[in-house]
Amino acid sequence: MISMKAAQKKKKKGFFYNLYKYRTLTLMCLPAIIFFFAFNYMPLPGLWVAFVNYNMKLGIFKSPFVGLKNFEFLATSGKLWVLTRNTLLYNLAFIILGNFFAVLVAILLNEMHSKYFKKVSQTVMLLPHFISQVLIGVLVYNLLNYDTGLVNVVLSGLGLEKWQPYADPKVWPYIIVIVSLWQSVGYDSIVYFAAICGIDAEMIEASKMDGANGFQRIRYIILPSLKPTIIILLLLAVGGIIKGNFGLFYNIIGNNSLLYETTDIIETFVYRSTMVEFNFSTASAVGLYQSIVGFVIVLAMNGLVKKIDPDYSLF
Amino acid sequence: MAKNNERETKQHIKLGASDKLIRGFGYVMITIYCIACVLPFVMILSTSFTSESYIRRHGVTLIPKEFTTVAYKAVLQGSMIWKSYALTIVMTVCGTFLGLMIIAMTGYALQRKDYPFRNAISFYIYFTSLFSAGLVPYYLLMTQTYHLKNNYLAVFLPLLMNSWLIIMMKNFVKSIPYEITESGKIDGAGDMNIFVSLILPMLKPALATIGLFLALGYWNEWYNSSIFLSAKVEVKPLQYTLYEVVNKAASLRNSMAAQYVALDDTPTESIKMANAILATGPIIMVYPFVQKYFIGGITVGSVKG
Repeated sequence: MISMKAAQKKKKKGFFYNLYKYRTLTLMCLPAIIFFFAFNYMPLPGLWVAFVNYNMKLGIFKSPFVGLKNFEFLATSGKLWVLTRNTLLYNLAFIILGNFFAVLVAILLNEMHSKYFKKVSQTVMLLPHFISQVLIGVLVYNLLNYDTGLVNVVLSGLGLEKWQPYADPKVWPYIIVIVSLWQSVGYDSIVYFAAICGIDAEMIEASKMDGANGFQRIRYIILPSLKPTIIILLLLAVGGIIKGNFGLFYNIIGNNSLLYETTDIIETFVYRSTMVEFNFSTASAVGLYQSIVGFVIVLAMNGLVKKIDPDYSLF
Repeated sequence: MAKNNERETKQHIKLGASDKLIRGFGYVMITIYCIACVLPFVMILSTSFTSESYIRRHGVTLIPKEFTTVAYKAVLQGSMIWKSYALTIVMTVCGTFLGLMIIAMTGYALQRKDYPFRNAISFYIYFTSLFSAGLVPYYLLMTQTYHLKNNYLAVFLPLLMNSWLIIMMKNFVKSIPYEITESGKIDGAGDMNIFVSLILPMLKPALATIGLFLALGYWNEWYNSSIFLSAKVEVKPLQYTLYEVVNKAASLRNSMAAQYVALDDTPTESIKMANAILATGPIIMVYPFVQKYFIGGITVGSVKG
């Protein structure tokens, strides 16, 4: 009887009852709610700027409406295609090579005997992830520039011809991928290393008893155990495939228009159009396109992840 | 019996050989990668102590040549770097503290199983990482509606938190048994009281990890500065100051360095390097002590619970 009454009472608890009862918890969330409202939800109506011919004096909502004209221009000029292609290809290289090397480093690190070596090398490998992207730009410039760069110092020391990468757009995809790997592999390997440490030690012992050698151990025990982690991380990474790493590209390439053909990604184009050319309508059209495509991709990838392992899905 | 023994020894040797091969390969590969991680820093450091005329003649170095500290003197004698340090330190300390408090409170509330709004609020926060308005609407809102152009708040506020850090905190709090909250309730403590006196002390590793991410975000900030701080603002965060020095070395030569160094031997390249070292040095010095929290965070943060 009592429990039934309690259940009935529970059913009656409406929204306002909860609001009052849990007011402290809601208050604890309030600063974050306000924060995300102010900086993430308030800009959303401003997406309208992609459909107008923006005039600073008139503001977003009073500027003349032009429909899809901003998008039309981008699509017909081929600009949108080039930006999308560059962004996707770079990210694809980052994701595939990045995860490959992260797994490799994690497996090799696990095979190391010396605990001291493991610790020191892990510390060193994480270092590039700690520094600002501005410094990354400085490092790359001082390695590669024609007059004083380290690579050219070595080349001329060996009596070879100097290399002038800052005038050659073709080499930058390789350079940028290498820099990105340099910065992220140590960091990404930590997740895989943790996953390897989580493998049942008895299983590895048993394989040793059965006479499996090092390669067999990696091939038949470690890699299969890592497979779910690899798949999930790959899918989640693909979810963000249309979002570029602005800081990396902008600090390495900057405003060197010679190299745009192979290095301009969506983010750098939007930034330039906004901050340098004040072409708000074009920039926001590209931005909206990116947001919508990105949203669809992340939903699709999350659906896949959910099918594989609901624990890992984002929502 | 003897035959059997022989086979076992043979196997043992075989096993050892392939292990050795992998191990040897591993040592070589990882050592190469580690050298690659450190080498650029060595280059910047040694070049910052090398005379400008040497750099102009021979390029950057891995060992200081014609040792000099003139670049550091030129940078440190100017007041700008000190103001920039002060600004960055104040922002980093305040931002990390304030951000941590908000993130911890939110993370705790959102993982409370009895809190009926937890899913709705979680989604509200999470959605921001799925869909964003992009740079232009954000820029227009910040400058036209909030009037934050050339205001340090435009740099400070957006770095306070993000959905990823809140989810990470939520995962950390989850590892604390609900019974602790329950025991507090039985003792008649309010939610805020439970959080401050029971939960917070248990969250120290989480606070260290997330605090580290926040602090790094503030220390390495240059993006918001580049968008919202124009030339009208004299003092800028450290990394953006470095950005300006690197990209506008000419303007520096005309202003600051010229007062201390003869014009014909202005150490522009070494000044850039000295700036890079001064902007990065503090973080590299604390790095070995805090990196273990970093590792803890990556393993928790990579999975949403």
